Amino acid sequence: MRREAALNAAILVALIAVPAWAHLSDEPFTITLATRAVILALAAVGLNIALGIGGMVSFGHAVYFGIGGYAMGILASHAQSYTPMELFGLSIEGTKSMLVIWLVAVVLSALAALVIGLLSLRTSGVYFIMITLAFGQMFFFFSISWAAYGGEDGLSIYVRNGFPGLNTLVPIQYFGLCLAILLVVLWFNARLARSPFGLALNAARQSPARAETVGLNPMRLRLVAFVISGAITGLAGALFADLNRFVSPTMFSWQLSGEITVLIIIGGVGRLMGPVAGAVVFVALEHLLGGLTEFWHIYLGAALLLVVLFARGGLVGLIAGRPGGGGGGHG
Amino acid sequence: MSLLALSDVAASYGASQALFGVSLEVAEGEVVALMGRNGMGKSTTVKAICRMLPASGALRFDGQDLTRLPSHRAARLGIGLVPEGRRCFGDLTVAENLLAASRAGEWDMDRVCGLFPRLGERRGQRAASLSGGEQQMLAIGRALMTNPRLLILDEATEGLAPIIRQEIWAAIAALKAKTGMAILVIDKTLAEQRQVCDRAVILERGRDVWSGDMTALDAEVTARFVGV
Repeated sequence: MRREAALNAAILVALIAVPAWAHLSDEPFTITLATRAVILALAAVGLNIALGIGGMVSFGHAVYFGIGGYAMGILASHAQSYTPMELFGLSIEGTKSMLVIWLVAVVLSALAALVIGLLSLRTSGVYFIMITLAFGQMFFFFSISWAAYGGEDGLSIYVRNGFPGLNTLVPIQYFGLCLAILLVVLWFNARLARSPFGLALNAARQSPARAETVGLNPMRLRLVAFVISGAITGLAGALFADLNRFVSPTMFSWQLSGEITVLIIIGGVGRLMGPVAGAVVFVALEHLLGGLTEFWHIYLGAALLLVVLFARGGLVGLIAGRPGGGGGGHG
Repeated sequence: MSLLALSDVAASYGASQALFGVSLEVAEGEVVALMGRNGMGKSTTVKAICRMLPASGALRFDGQDLTRLPSHRAARLGIGLVPEGRRCFGDLTVAENLLAASRAGEWDMDRVCGLFPRLGERRGQRAASLSGGEQQMLAIGRALMTNPRLLILDEATEGLAPIIRQEIWAAIAALKAKTGMAILVIDKTLAEQRQVCDRAVILERGRDVWSGDMTALDAEVTARFVGV
């Protein structure tokens, strides 16, 4: 546990030090890369609650990422065009306030996760994977055909949304905002994993039948975890859309669901900082190898194979060993 | 009124019927031994009580019909199961195993660790790394953390060293003496059951064939139905 705590601290220090150095060296692109890593880490932390603690192999988490992204895109596009949106006979104004956008993104993602969870959590194993994938594809094709919001071309937002007291267009300030959210969610995740709810969810993952004999309802536990997981991933989607000032159907794509899963596997399934380590490595590989060859995914695939074959606990497991307590995972 | 009452309970594993009509009762504060040779339906009866297996007939706990309840609802009514083969949550520590099952009541972690001091010494240790006896104590402790009114022990001392078996039986005796908990015991050791249990019910080929006070359980009955 000491080694894992030291590793976690080292990852966090690196995550702060590299953008700080980039800011001082006037390297805004490096800060943008770090922000991308932080946001992808946030999405993966969300999925890790479902996957790592709850054992739910969701292959459709891009749904929530996309909902968060489109919540930002739609609200901001209406604000920038000064036209309200008409919804069920209501006229709703757009907004450029990040706080409002985040709230909408979280609520809509949670609602989607609730509905999808209610339908898909009745299955398990490969059927669960297939149903979540099918929901992902459903949202993907819907967004392609949604001409009012850009269809296949997506939506561009000209100015990043605002946060009180910050100039979010300054890269280091937006990075700091995203990092602060990631830290809060990591703290929440750590508390959740060791709470009676998190322990019960972990127990239900290990053996649903045994968990039932001590009065736990695995279906309800998983559903709550799935909703929390979807809400966090939705928040990440809103931040990602604001980073790029662009949303498109690719935010709903199965490739994105796969990438979020890959981040967790590389970093360490069920480990608190696994998604963060995975996201940092992923973005670094994407940048370094992507500059050398357009086929950089081959090398990512090779890295994934090596991790799966020789480091079942991911990079965090490889360096820190097995977790001391069950709390967060099963690495 | 009995706390647990089974009447003419039948249950099957798919096409294979295992219980053909089991009736038994356990009163508040009573310790009942469920006996019989291997494969006679003891564990199947436990699964039917805990709603881990669909069953027909009358199953009532504290007057409530169990037959339509899912397993977790039966547990929440106050049926605590220590399953055969220990089956702790191996990835969780001792303390986490207990906390995961915890429900409000007089049994908390300190009280469980008072009953089994070994668990107190290993609170931070992963359950998978415990010895078989310690895992059994943890399985009992976990069931107690649900604050049950009826504790079901399915082969709780099977495969354990004699000294550990003694500890487990001492704990069961202490539960009987110090709490009003009803206990249903399945075990192969007749001598210990004679000391702790008030009554016995014997199953033979999926039916109850004998029931009565432990004192009435003579050598002829045990030789005929229990095989000892």
